[in-house]
Amino acid sequence: MTSAVLPSRPNLWTRLQARPAWVLAAVLLACVWLALGAGAVQVAAGDWLAPFAVRHGDESPLSGSAWVLWHLRLPRIGLAVLVGAALGLSGALTQGLFRNPLADPGLLGVTSGAACAAALTIVFLAAAGSPVPMAWRYWLLPTAAFVGAIGVCFVLDRVARWLTADSIAGLLLTGIALNALAAAIIGLCTYLATDEQLRSLSFWTLGSLAGASWPVLGALLALVLAALWQVRRLLRAMNALALGEAAAAHIGVDVRHLRGWVIVLVALLCGFAVAWCGMIGFIGLVAPHIVRSFIGPDQRLVAPLSMAVGAILLLVADTLARSVAIPAEIPVGIFTALFGAPFFLALLMGARKRGLA
Amino acid sequence: MRKLNHVGLHRRACLRAAAALAASCTPLAWGADKAAKRRIVSIGGALTEIAYALGAGSELAGVDSTSLYPAAATRLPGVGYARALSSEGILALAPTLVVATEEAGPPSVIRQIQAAGVPIEVLAAHHRFEGMLSRVTRMGELLGRRLDAQQLTQRLQADWQAARQPVLARKEEGPQVLFVLSHSPNQVMVGGKGTAAEAMLVQAGARNAVQAFSGFKPLTPEAVVAVQPDAVLFTQQGLEAIGGIEGALKLPGLLQTPAGQKRRIVAHEALFLLGFGPRMPQALAALDASLQQVMRTKA
Repeated sequence: MTSAVLPSRPNLWTRLQARPAWVLAAVLLACVWLALGAGAVQVAAGDWLAPFAVRHGDESPLSGSAWVLWHLRLPRIGLAVLVGAALGLSGALTQGLFRNPLADPGLLGVTSGAACAAALTIVFLAAAGSPVPMAWRYWLLPTAAFVGAIGVCFVLDRVARWLTADSIAGLLLTGIALNALAAAIIGLCTYLATDEQLRSLSFWTLGSLAGASWPVLGALLALVLAALWQVRRLLRAMNALALGEAAAAHIGVDVRHLRGWVIVLVALLCGFAVAWCGMIGFIGLVAPHIVRSFIGPDQRLVAPLSMAVGAILLLVADTLARSVAIPAEIPVGIFTALFGAPFFLALLMGARKRGLA
Repeated sequence: MRKLNHVGLHRRACLRAAAALAASCTPLAWGADKAAKRRIVSIGGALTEIAYALGAGSELAGVDSTSLYPAAATRLPGVGYARALSSEGILALAPTLVVATEEAGPPSVIRQIQAAGVPIEVLAAHHRFEGMLSRVTRMGELLGRRLDAQQLTQRLQADWQAARQPVLARKEEGPQVLFVLSHSPNQVMVGGKGTAAEAMLVQAGARNAVQAFSGFKPLTPEAVVAVQPDAVLFTQQGLEAIGGIEGALKLPGLLQTPAGQKRRIVAHEALFLLGFGPRMPQALAALDASLQQVMRTKA
């Protein structure tokens, strides 16, 4: 830390700063608690115990508010936390890889790849004449979007390697080109879309966590844990990369290997999130910033803490999104930017005053 | 200290009792509600209109944001736009039935409502009079008002015949009409093949001027000049947004067509004109009358 004058006596602020993980865990728990109470349906204390009171073999074990709590609200809160964590982590990884605080997972083409696939699915598969059965329709869009996200990252990696050897700047430039291409395809789909398809498309791009369910949550949890396991082994190398590609290579970092892993991890984490929830911007960009402005640039701290900050941000945004206009719902992407951006600016200003950013 | 503790205990006991009471009451309340009366959530302006026309307006518990008619519907709790529904919001209205058009979504929300044990009926949306009649019949079955639905269907058929009468009686070819959907002067879309506007125009004996593409597409001035529409049809909301008839005449290329030169501009309220609800016969009659009127005016 670079503060010029050390305080003579550790005040509450410095003591909290020394334990960022505990502070964030406490804030996250508080947010989960608030989120559990918010919503259109009143949940009573008994609903919490309802699943345990049910005897085996019942046809429909839960009903009314207990069903809402266990099958809508809990998975949705879980999804908000996990998606926020996934976006925060992929943001930290991309900013570390590009050594640029302006980088965000979208630069790797994840978001535009998913959006491109989603647009193609909405416009062409739905227009193919045969109405897709309801059960398929539910899986079709997320699956296509996920494939699109992963596909673009794969193509990006290949193309960048082929065109510009192994430089990370080359990756960034190729990413920009692929993003433009994807935007053009989305634009074409927008032009070809019918009125209804256009509206579906625009709501998809605004993002929503309404698709939460326990199986999705389980899959995402497994993915996030696996990613975390791998990330743990990359963070030292990422700290070295902060010195520059050449310097990192000189002290024994396999930049090519590192780059490959970061692309895979960001594609998986961010791709899954985007595929299920539509485009939720801002979190991946902002969460690492918030962390860095408090505890400095050490990736070993920035990566895990960005997950916590991302989780908190998205949970707050989603809780607002689903409870401000009851019984209607506002797309969550609107809230992440609407409230996130001013908050972020205020934070930057505060950090600047303290001489940390 | 002891006193504080006592208060704390007392409060905790009260809270526990309240929680237990709430827990025991909630399931009862849900059940009682169901038995007492139907609570219907209607998603889609036409379906809401049908529900009111069948006399089931008082059984509606919530509507989506496209349900703008009759005025009473706008005072019901709104569940948001039909494509961005909220499952918890809908379930909070404790519905016994959800009726929705095909456009309702996202699919995950429809699934969740089904999984919650609330019957949800998705009705097909055909841009045809017969499709509207079958929606009325189905709504009658769903709302337990078959007889009302039968009477309404008969009345609608008679009204429809009456509205179609002058159209069928005419010998001369109908006008070429350009349908414009615009919500700001610099974003103008025109309706091609397969749109609800075309369906209404054809029923009114007119021809849709745009046959080159289907759906709504941005307008190109050259295309407007090329198709030479005899009249332009707007939604009321669209015409107001664009600045009335004077604003409409400033649309690029329009003054090079008969429609622009003779100021043949027609506008009707969007849900009335394109809603394909029970006001469809009136909408057809109104559209026909207004088209006939502008075609008679000499510039």
